[in-house]
Amino acid sequence: MSTYAPAPQSTGRFAQAWSGRRRWPLVSVAGGLLAAGLVLLPLTFLVVEAQQSGWGEVQRLLFRHTTAVLLWNTVRLTVACTILCAILGVGAAWCVERTALRGRRVWAVMLVLPLGIPDFVVGFGWVSLDHGLHGYLAAVLVMTLSLYPLVYLPVATALAGLDGALHEAARSLGLGPWRTFWRVTLRQIRPAILGGCLLVTLGLLAEYGAFEIVQYQTFTVQIFTEFKLGFDTAAACALSLVLVALSVAALVGELALGGRGRAWRSGPGARRTAPRVPLGRWSAPVTLSLLILCALALGVPLFALVYWMIRGSSTTLPSTSILSALGHTAAYSAAAAALSTVLAIPVTTLSIRHRNRFTLLIERLAYLPMALPGLVIALGLVSFSVRYALALYESSLELIVAYAILFLPLAVVGVRAAMAQAPSNLEDVGRSLGCSPAAAWRRITLPLIAPGLAAAFAFVFISSATELTATLLLRPTGVNTLATQFWQYTSNFAYGAAAPYAALMVAISAIPAYLLSRRVNVLSTRGARR
Amino acid sequence: MILSVRDLAKSYDSRQVLNGVNLDVQPGSLTAVLGLSGCGKTTLLRVIAGLERAERGSVSLAGTTLDDGHTYVPPEKRGIGYVPQEGALFPHLTVEANVGFGLPRRERRGEAVSDLLAMVGLAPLARRLPHELSGGEQQRVALARALARRPLALLLDEPFSSLDASLRSHVREEVHGLLREQGVTTVLVTHDQEEALSLADTVAVLRDGVIVQQGPPAELYELPADRELAAFLGAVNVVDAQFRGSSAETPLGELELRAGSPISGAGMVMVRPEQIEVTESGNGRPDAASSAGIDGLVEECRYYGHDAVLQIRPQHPEQSSVLLARVLGEHALPAGTRVTVLARGPVSPLR
Repeated sequence: MSTYAPAPQSTGRFAQAWSGRRRWPLVSVAGGLLAAGLVLLPLTFLVVEAQQSGWGEVQRLLFRHTTAVLLWNTVRLTVACTILCAILGVGAAWCVERTALRGRRVWAVMLVLPLGIPDFVVGFGWVSLDHGLHGYLAAVLVMTLSLYPLVYLPVATALAGLDGALHEAARSLGLGPWRTFWRVTLRQIRPAILGGCLLVTLGLLAEYGAFEIVQYQTFTVQIFTEFKLGFDTAAACALSLVLVALSVAALVGELALGGRGRAWRSGPGARRTAPRVPLGRWSAPVTLSLLILCALALGVPLFALVYWMIRGSSTTLPSTSILSALGHTAAYSAAAAALSTVLAIPVTTLSIRHRNRFTLLIERLAYLPMALPGLVIALGLVSFSVRYALALYESSLELIVAYAILFLPLAVVGVRAAMAQAPSNLEDVGRSLGCSPAAAWRRITLPLIAPGLAAAFAFVFISSATELTATLLLRPTGVNTLATQFWQYTSNFAYGAAAPYAALMVAISAIPAYLLSRRVNVLSTRGARR
Repeated sequence: MILSVRDLAKSYDSRQVLNGVNLDVQPGSLTAVLGLSGCGKTTLLRVIAGLERAERGSVSLAGTTLDDGHTYVPPEKRGIGYVPQEGALFPHLTVEANVGFGLPRRERRGEAVSDLLAMVGLAPLARRLPHELSGGEQQRVALARALARRPLALLLDEPFSSLDASLRSHVREEVHGLLREQGVTTVLVTHDQEEALSLADTVAVLRDGVIVQQGPPAELYELPADRELAAFLGAVNVVDAQFRGSSAETPLGELELRAGSPISGAGMVMVRPEQIEVTESGNGRPDAASSAGIDGLVEECRYYGHDAVLQIRPQHPEQSSVLLARVLGEHALPAGTRVTVLARGPVSPLR
């Protein structure tokens, strides 16, 4: 008898929960609606703005030669990078998780760390060392090295949790090792690969800084230029709509390819770890390949930072401005992280404990910003504030809200996993042991989801601290964050002065990247224990 | 009448889960609610606990109305302990903290908790976390936690279903002993008829949202309300019969009927497998040939050690369907053996 696990709870249970605690979810429903409203706000105003300039004008803007060039540039870059990331990510993950490679723990960390270096810093690293680097190939190189961990991480997690029993069953049914890999292993990790590729695609569509540095023109770069330099809001919004359409196409494509399929496991039998493949004479070539990958993705940008820091220290360091930039970055990021995390609580509570069409829609909306480039969200908010809330325009609050919307999906992912570990029947028991609803939540659910809240806060904090595009658009006049100050120096080719800012950003985001890589290990040992 | 449920109804979406449930639980007794999965057992417990509200009907405890459409007492004010499936221990708290959870703050680390732990025999594990306990230990902690507040009634939802078969009967006996000792009024929900019959003072069978029969275990087993219930409580042979007042004429002999109003006419009686006597033909009792009973052939023998169930094909014009007979393990007969089959009363007519 095989049941498709893990169905979180049967619909009957959800229905029970829904009608059973009619009064309590009011708080969650209000919170969920607020989150959904915030997500829809910038999108709505993007459309409003484009409409204001008239559809004829929008058509004229869209159906011109530049658009075709941008489309071609964006698509060929996205396709090449995504394929390369998939190959590098899956290959590296397989070597680390499924073979008897030496030093796997170290590799597991090293291969994820590039995630801790903002893309525009990677671009800066390469270009500052070789000024001749620009154009299509440079863009492919920089973005592939920056983004492949987005495929590596989910695939490594999937491979680590692979049920060895399936592998053994396939072999006993007469499949050789290669056919087992194609027909069993690959099928099981396909959702992870597709999920990773989707993140890569969305990251490419949203990227501005790295492409500006390597002088490669994509939609996002063009939109930024139209708005910031040409002051042409209508054109920027019209082009943004195309960008959103591309992102949505990527999402739909992933769905169509079956990216949401579950790696199911039949029966409650004990999970067995699959045997590792001995490398034999391939040991040296594999190690060398991984070494080269790490050198390019991690070594080059870090070397550039150190090089310019040493070179730059001969010039006087403006230490006060670095402190104030750090202060602003920390304050904005912390506020945004708090807001996102708090919004994620009702969203996940609804989607896990009160599952129905309405709550599912709210959860989907909360994930929507994943497909919305920061630039698009920033433009929408600018349009909204200019029309209806001028006091908000270029205020700290607007920037914080933009971060919170932009990184809401990260917060939801972080809290969701923890919320799934805190089933509502624990609160039921708490009630029967004399707790009021609020006390039961505080004494049971809150401590259980606390690690998830911390993870969500950290994810959003890091991402906000290294965000460039939306920050450039929305920051209050005269205020500089680490990212914007770095950008100013880089634009003036003051690499020595820019390096310390980049180093600080790397330091802030390297820690969670490291923790993330550790989590794969933790998950795999946990899976084995179950 | 300490716990009383009257005409209780509850539906989800458009599905009627409970449809007029009546249940009375005597003080200090253990009542088992028996039903197939999905019959609404859990819902019944949740309404009694106050985690769901009744749509119709009422719940009262010791004369106080808890829920009747107007009044609704929230779960934390009911004094009813609730232990969901698998115990649901708080994973972030130690055994000690779990047990003390419902107590006032100053009592949480005192004697009360250590006494409870000693009672369930887990004093040495006070500082452990739930995931470090075995299934049986978790179950006992959950029980101690629910008993800590000295509830007026205790509700157990499938308390033993998550345990391994080997562990189950052991934990079952321990828990049973504890509940007896404490004299707590208990409602236990289960889909396991053996569990219900062996543990409970009273068994209530829930089917299609109503209680179809409630009574002592033996009464249910011997006088089930209908054929479906008879089969649910254990294997059963249905045999044609001619009723003659207080006895029934069947192919398996003249059988005494269980106490009840005398009936007559044609019908059916229920003969449990252990009421069927099997004798090997040829080397049986010397007078066997003369008495009643029918010949048959053992088609299959399922051997369980302590006993065995024989599947016997009768060779008799009036009884053609297969008969099940339970014999002691040492009397198991291999397939192909020719036997003589005879039933022993008293039996119950089937409606």
